[in-house]
Amino acid sequence: MKVAVIQFPGSNSDQDAVNGVRVIGHQASLLWHKEESVGDADAVIIPGGFSYGDYLRCGAIARFSPVMQAVKQFAADGGLILGICNGFQVLCEAGLLPGALVRNRSLQFRSEHVFLKTIAKDTPFTGGVADDRLLRVPIAHGEGCYFADEETLAGIKANNQILWQYVSQQGEANDDANPNGSLENIAGICNQARNVAGLMPHPERACEEVVGSADGRAILESMAAWLDKGKSAEAA
Amino acid sequence: MKAKITITPKKAVLDPQGKAVQNALEHMGYAGVSGVHVGRYLEIEIDGEREAVEKQIDEACHKLLSNPVIEEYRFELE
Repeated sequence: MKVAVIQFPGSNSDQDAVNGVRVIGHQASLLWHKEESVGDADAVIIPGGFSYGDYLRCGAIARFSPVMQAVKQFAADGGLILGICNGFQVLCEAGLLPGALVRNRSLQFRSEHVFLKTIAKDTPFTGGVADDRLLRVPIAHGEGCYFADEETLAGIKANNQILWQYVSQQGEANDDANPNGSLENIAGICNQARNVAGLMPHPERACEEVVGSADGRAILESMAAWLDKGKSAEAA
Repeated sequence: MKAKITITPKKAVLDPQGKAVQNALEHMGYAGVSGVHVGRYLEIEIDGEREAVEKQIDEACHKLLSNPVIEEYRFELE
């Protein structure tokens, strides 16, 4: 798979995303925010960081950048898009994902490892995660509390759009395992069409044992496997 | 002309900042504080006909300056 990693002024997880894709044996390149096309990319990652200094609201300014217009078109055409941390905030601000990310309930910036339970398995981002396997990946955010109004949340649940929940080491989605006060312990969701996903944790920072966990590979490998399957179906 | 815009979190959205400020006020001895809501205030200097400006500011509030999922806005022109 060829992944375009968007680079905004203030992105700081862009190189981690490129590295994560490369260590699982795929291609990744950076795409500057002023570009107006995603080129021949099979997938787009919107990385973490503080795009445009987080001015106004996290992700609010990035949404209007030239490259995001191309990303919106890519989404409409069914392209795979993964937003990580600030990238998740950007996708919500852009209206590509429902809801919003607000200040952590504790008011504290949280930087630690969490356990994620995969909820919906029928998506390009989660298809490769074995049943009951918890993913141990890091978080690093101050505004990761997922919020949606009641009606939106009901729709998300009805359409099985919750992809990951924060859980305890035993796999329970309780308050102690929730690092930011997110509704329903939501760590990540997808859109109705299931080709756009966002999550606050950083799978790209957990792709090699040397950094403490390689569990994040499962998400990137799921995307690659899903694309491969699509290609072989096309060829057949 | 100047647009004075006030943006506040919606009631349904958790406002931990407001809660923290409320706690601080209570610790300081201010009695009877029943709620604090922390928002944003913007002043925009803009030229044009009042009606057109009102329309532009309203659109800008909706599209960029506030996030309708979590915030409410109000503004006045002077």
